[in-house]
Amino acid sequence: MTITAEPAVQVQGDRVSLLRVLGPAHVWALGVGIVLVGEFTGWNFAADKGGALAALIVCWIVGLLYTSVAMIDSEVTSTVAAAGGQYAQAKHIVGPLMAFNVALFLVFAYTMLEVSDAILLGDTIVAKAGVEGINHNSFIAATIVVLAWLNYRGVLMTLNVNFVITAIAYVSIVILFFSVSPWTQGAVLKLNELVTPGNALPYGWIGVIAAFQFGIWYYLGIEGTTQAAEEVRSPARSLPYGTMAGMITLLIAAAMTWYVCASLMPWEYLGITYYPLWDAGKLTGSALLENLLFIATLLAALASANGCINDAARAWFSLGRDRYLPTWFSAVHPKYRTPYRSILFLLPIALAFAFIADLNQAITFSILSGVLQYTFMSINIIMFRKKWPLGSIRRGYTHPFHPLPAIVLFCLCVVTFFAIFLGFGSQLIAMVAFYFLISLWFHFYRYKFVRRGAQFTMPWPKPQGY
Amino acid sequence: MARYTPPEQSKAGQVFDIAVVVVAIFVALWLPLKLGLAGAAKSIDALDAKTWEALGQNPTMASIWEKLGYTPETAHDIIQNRFHYIIDWPTLIIMAAVLIGYFIFLFRASDREYRDVIDEKFGDK
Repeated sequence: MTITAEPAVQVQGDRVSLLRVLGPAHVWALGVGIVLVGEFTGWNFAADKGGALAALIVCWIVGLLYTSVAMIDSEVTSTVAAAGGQYAQAKHIVGPLMAFNVALFLVFAYTMLEVSDAILLGDTIVAKAGVEGINHNSFIAATIVVLAWLNYRGVLMTLNVNFVITAIAYVSIVILFFSVSPWTQGAVLKLNELVTPGNALPYGWIGVIAAFQFGIWYYLGIEGTTQAAEEVRSPARSLPYGTMAGMITLLIAAAMTWYVCASLMPWEYLGITYYPLWDAGKLTGSALLENLLFIATLLAALASANGCINDAARAWFSLGRDRYLPTWFSAVHPKYRTPYRSILFLLPIALAFAFIADLNQAITFSILSGVLQYTFMSINIIMFRKKWPLGSIRRGYTHPFHPLPAIVLFCLCVVTFFAIFLGFGSQLIAMVAFYFLISLWFHFYRYKFVRRGAQFTMPWPKPQGY
Repeated sequence: MARYTPPEQSKAGQVFDIAVVVVAIFVALWLPLKLGLAGAAKSIDALDAKTWEALGQNPTMASIWEKLGYTPETAHDIIQNRFHYIIDWPTLIIMAAVLIGYFIFLFRASDREYRDVIDEKFGDK
């Protein structure tokens, strides 16, 4: 895949718009870059909730959930190509209040994911240094500030950096996999002795259901590819291609990661470590692999945080542009053509939570917002097909087997809500209460500042049933 | 339908709205942490005999724990720190009601707003 810059200048009258400079490789880099860190930390907490085998079962079942997400998202986004991704979809298909909520889901999911990445990076450096008295806060602050600056300076440079570091991190997983002779048990890998009939599912099947919560972390964020819709040269081609390629990449990485890690460490340790792949590198006894996985963990965290800043800022920017939030946020930098005020506004929020939350709390905040968003997506696609049946508008991509992916997605979301309830129920209720209260604020107060018909920007006919 | 012209918001009003959103975000994310509502519901099932056998670790597992720098004593709190999956039905019902109520409100209120959008955009076309 080649990455080239187009000297695009898009100034419509006095209005400065985002630049259309991205191709499928950038879409892949944005999606996989955000998600790949999930292989380096987070997925393994599924083993804590249900055992090593539960982590594998949810890897595949949640993979099905995300395949549904990718299929649905590719159809809607290749048709609604606007910054904000699912926010723009909700605005055109369901309504303004839903769009407002979806944008908040996106901002929370990505900002908390960015926080998790920064904590991981800080903790990894502190653990590597192994010196008493070193605090992770300075590394966290430096990570968030430098990446925000990179995002401020331009989307093309941001995603070019993401493409390179994501590729290096991914290759490190492949190298680890083939270095441990995966076709042979007993030499390096000891799966039969570590995952036994007695400990494979320590909590039984309820543990498998509970593990869904962190199974989400294998893939959380792949839907972020849609945030770049307004900056992609050919959304109808690049978005489905980049998203599907990303999903295949992640399924392979998740399977390799589980196999190596479950074959190298007991499930109790696997379930609590912050660095499963780095630990796997250490346990092979190879200093080269240990150092490679250490560097890859840092790069994966950087790539993810970088993509998250990109996506959260675009969702926030879209809210300002449509006057759902003060229009101050909708400014585009006159030189760099980025939503710079949104980037700067979210910076201190990410910093604050990076200092007060720990890793699995930040991950849970992110997962909660993600699952609320996927629930919306399953209903959204049904409404989309009903309001604009096939043939009524031009779609860049039409996903097969409708409505099966939507039904599968909805059912798996219900199971995941139950999984979150098993261990993190209070957090779920607190967050939904927040979304409910902020929705009341929007519906009964803020919406008066929003133009009505101007929100609908797609060149589509009137929806059926209205 | 007559075109709706929203009121212009003053700078002070914009600043106030930004403050409301920031406070709401911090309350939603910070309060559960402060109140101890965030985090996993786990507890340690303590054992008197702290040996690898008592902790359910076979020789391969024990050798890996030791390679990672643990002894049976230091690994005890990790191995015995377990979830206790007891379904608290009242909490589950409250959670389900909150979630369902939230989504019903979202879709119904969105639909009311959406009808205005479509009316103004398309009129009688």
